[in-house]
Amino acid sequence: MNLFHFLLQNRDQVVELTLEHLWLVGVSTLLAVLIGIPLGIVSAHWPVWNKPVLGTANVIQTIPSLALFGFLLPVPWLGDRADRLAILALTLYALLPVIRNTYTGIRGVDPAVVEAGRGMGLTGSQLLFQVELPLALSVILSGVRVAVVVSVGLATIAAAIGAGGLGEFIFRGLAMVNNQLILAGAIPAAILALSADFGLGWLERRLRPR
Amino acid sequence: MEPASTTTPVIEFRDVAYALPGGRQLLSGLNLQVQRDETLVLLGRSGSGKTTTLKLINRLLTPSAGEVSVNGTSTAASDVIRLRRGIGYVIQDVGLFPHFTVERNIGLIPRIEGWDAERIRRRVEELLQLVGLEANLASRYPHQLSGGQRQRVGVARALAADPAILLMDEPFGALDALTRDQLQREFLSLQQRLNKTVVFVTHDLREALRLGSRIALMEAGRLVTVLSPNDFVRSSDPLASAYVNSFGGGLDAVENRGAR
Repeated sequence: MNLFHFLLQNRDQVVELTLEHLWLVGVSTLLAVLIGIPLGIVSAHWPVWNKPVLGTANVIQTIPSLALFGFLLPVPWLGDRADRLAILALTLYALLPVIRNTYTGIRGVDPAVVEAGRGMGLTGSQLLFQVELPLALSVILSGVRVAVVVSVGLATIAAAIGAGGLGEFIFRGLAMVNNQLILAGAIPAAILALSADFGLGWLERRLRPR
Repeated sequence: MEPASTTTPVIEFRDVAYALPGGRQLLSGLNLQVQRDETLVLLGRSGSGKTTTLKLINRLLTPSAGEVSVNGTSTAASDVIRLRRGIGYVIQDVGLFPHFTVERNIGLIPRIEGWDAERIRRRVEELLQLVGLEANLASRYPHQLSGGQRQRVGVARALAADPAILLMDEPFGALDALTRDQLQREFLSLQQRLNKTVVFVTHDLREALRLGSRIALMEAGRLVTVLSPNDFVRSSDPLASAYVNSFGGGLDAVENRGAR
């Protein structure tokens, strides 16, 4: 039985695990964007926050993923359901690229443009939403792209704590020493990562200011 | 705001000093009045405090001592956003919004102020004509314009909401000599029609003599003297004459062309 055959025969499960995988990555990326962009803005505008915020995100990044899943397991509400836990862990990992690129994007806006905007009487929020964020958008998006690609890979490990996703095939394959089963999880995951990379990369180029 | 009488200076500096947060003093003991409808040129070399002085007017900087008043009200006591909306600001690097078309760049403040679309469109058209640009440039982006065109759009944007005061920080400094000459000429004719109170920063004596109704000479964070262009050329002040002498005999031509 070849791989293609296997995927076809188990297509219901393949689809289900892929959707689970997308759910884990999608929700965690959304959370990372909602938390990371404001943190990036804060560290770009108030330099005092720059080191603590980016430092913390950096430290989180260095924790091995399997260990992080393990650390979070005994936490009351989180430990109840594996997908909550996986989403939190994935969110934490996705924060760094989002924060860092928001920071870089905003700091990279031409100072003359910001000075002109301030001088003509834009308020802080007008400057942020009409000038700084639109001009930083493609850089921010490239951070989101990195976060998504990394999350797709990391989410396979979430199966180790029972959160589902394509990692199920991989772990099952490892246990049964079945390469085909491993590939049945790894290949769709790779395809997901590549398509996210391609799609977001395209969007990023479209939004790049001239 | 109560209407200021004709004798009240539009802008007034009283014993103003400015120091960086680290303590370095950039400006000290500045007393200066700018009258209605005049073009006051702040002349001096790099680091003399001209740009600092300019930024104290629209409160991009706040004085560490003394008081800056605009239309008789201390800038420290006024709403900073309203203050800036009433003052046009043009800088050397222009700072056009690269993601906006020319039309949106010029129309940004009117739009924020809630003008209707038709009024903004007419105003943009009027301003483009005023600064000598074709109407069809309205839909272009800044990167599609030449340096001279960009600075013209910068001036149009500063004039959009019809401010009574215009601050210009070396606006023509980055342009080639021909374009600069042309824009200086247009500035003079514009100023005759619009009667704005202008504070203009430059390090170029020719430009100062040509455009200014008065010249304030600055050096090392202090105001040296304020003179009319004609008096400036004849001044016995050592610094002023040093400036004039550095140009040798070439100044007569300048004087004949521009100075009022």
